[in-house]
Amino acid sequence: MAARDARGRLDPYWWFVAPILLIVVFLYLLPLGNVLLLSVTDPDLGFGNYERLATAAGPVRVLLTTLRICAITTVFAVGLGFVVAYAMANAGERHQKLLLVAVLVPLWISVLVRAFSWLILLRDQGLVNQWLMAVGITDEPLPLVRNELGVIIGMVHYLIPYAVLPIFAVMKGIDPRVLAASRSLGAGASTTFLRVYLPLTLPGAFAATVIVFVFALGFYVTPAILGGGRVVMLAESVSVAILQTVRWGFGAAQSVVLLLLTLALIGIMARTVGLKKGLG
Amino acid sequence: MERRFSAARLLTLTVAWIICGFLLAPMFISVPLSLSPERYLSMPDGVYSLRHYETVFTNEAWLSALGDSAMVGVGATIIATLVGASAAIGLWHLGGRAARVIGVLALMPMIVPPVVTALALSRTWVTLGLFDTMFGVILSHAILGLPFVFMTVSASLEGLDPRIAQAARSLGAGALRASRDVVLPNIRPGLFTGALFAFVISWDEIIVTLFVSSRSVYTLPRKIWSDIRDNIDPAVAAVSTILIAVTVLVALIYLIRGLLRLKEA
Repeated sequence: MAARDARGRLDPYWWFVAPILLIVVFLYLLPLGNVLLLSVTDPDLGFGNYERLATAAGPVRVLLTTLRICAITTVFAVGLGFVVAYAMANAGERHQKLLLVAVLVPLWISVLVRAFSWLILLRDQGLVNQWLMAVGITDEPLPLVRNELGVIIGMVHYLIPYAVLPIFAVMKGIDPRVLAASRSLGAGASTTFLRVYLPLTLPGAFAATVIVFVFALGFYVTPAILGGGRVVMLAESVSVAILQTVRWGFGAAQSVVLLLLTLALIGIMARTVGLKKGLG
Repeated sequence: MERRFSAARLLTLTVAWIICGFLLAPMFISVPLSLSPERYLSMPDGVYSLRHYETVFTNEAWLSALGDSAMVGVGATIIATLVGASAAIGLWHLGGRAARVIGVLALMPMIVPPVVTALALSRTWVTLGLFDTMFGVILSHAILGLPFVFMTVSASLEGLDPRIAQAARSLGAGALRASRDVVLPNIRPGLFTGALFAFVISWDEIIVTLFVSSRSVYTLPRKIWSDIRDNIDPAVAAVSTILIAVTVLVALIYLIRGLLRLKEA
């Protein structure tokens, strides 16, 4: 592509691109660079913030809590999402459409509304505990919220649709003749599923895993509301550092860790299954 | 063998519907709560009341939050749609390596965790004097919506033959006119979807908003957020119900329009 034509004029379509370039470079990348700078200059020049992040008990616990919750959430969201995607890919057209609507509608519902709903359902006087006591599973309300369990329930609920979509896209692209070939060569239904179908779905499952994990890393609203202040994940820790204790440098360092983890994971996905395919 | 196969199929379908029930059901809990006659959050016990809806539509704080959110949403949608669509059209014509790099950069605000974006913008907005201003909040929401408009418009352009724009150009239309009169009418659905995305993202945004505003711009999510965190006013249940109702309504319209189009085809 030549930016200029034979007479040295700029291709007019560059003017179409200019606004986004200006916004992304000056109002996005530059501010991000500023965060990077801040993490090594505030309050003092050096890597003091990162040292604290890696050694002080509080920040290390936040990091471990974040990784643990993200891992558990990803396993459940991708596992359950796989089942829904599989049912969708193999159901008749009507079931497929209805299931797709059931998966897509929650995506459009406010994250605050969803967290609020779970808070109400899972609290001590909530419907879930009332039901558990009525059935006789427990005599007193179980602690389902304001702890890690509540955070994980809310996050799995939020992230299942993001797992379903990439897996479903890959499953729809699987040629049924491949499965028929496997059957005609003498493989049983379960062998065909495990040794032919499952490996073919791996790119989708991998993309789903990366997307769900990356989203989970940045979660803020759900842990803050369902964790009730007791379960602090990385994103909330950043906001506490900035909005409450006003330690910009430390918040910036945590942001940089969050950013690097995210970019590394997205980078791996872009190299393996492709950015476009992965992000749907 | 066929019977075993269909039994397995029935089982996965059942499990899938149970999971979808888990996805859909919890959101409707706010509907009965919003109809309770009590001052505190509770399930109605035979008696229903609309008092909490009255609160939402008469209380100064809720009304101004609704107004702020609408203003921010419309402003952010206009900026994101104009900038995102024009970039998608420009890069579609230009092509090549630079275009691919810019295309990836344009997706950054979608990939970067929102709290990191929030921190970055907060600092910069203070420097630029945009902190806690309407324009500052609109601009930050527009940045978050940009990648979605860019993606949906780029996707619709993929199915369009570039020669139709070249034909217009060779007949004497400038780049702007060819895009407006020839390209745009062909990508209207993608443009509309992108704009809808941009609006919904702004309407639902909380993290960046917390970082770039304080008192003078107070959006609806911010009001809900502080109400949930302090003590839960039943008005939150009423607002939730309204938001869910609007979403379900839009989904139904989309579904019906899709079905009608299927019939036409």
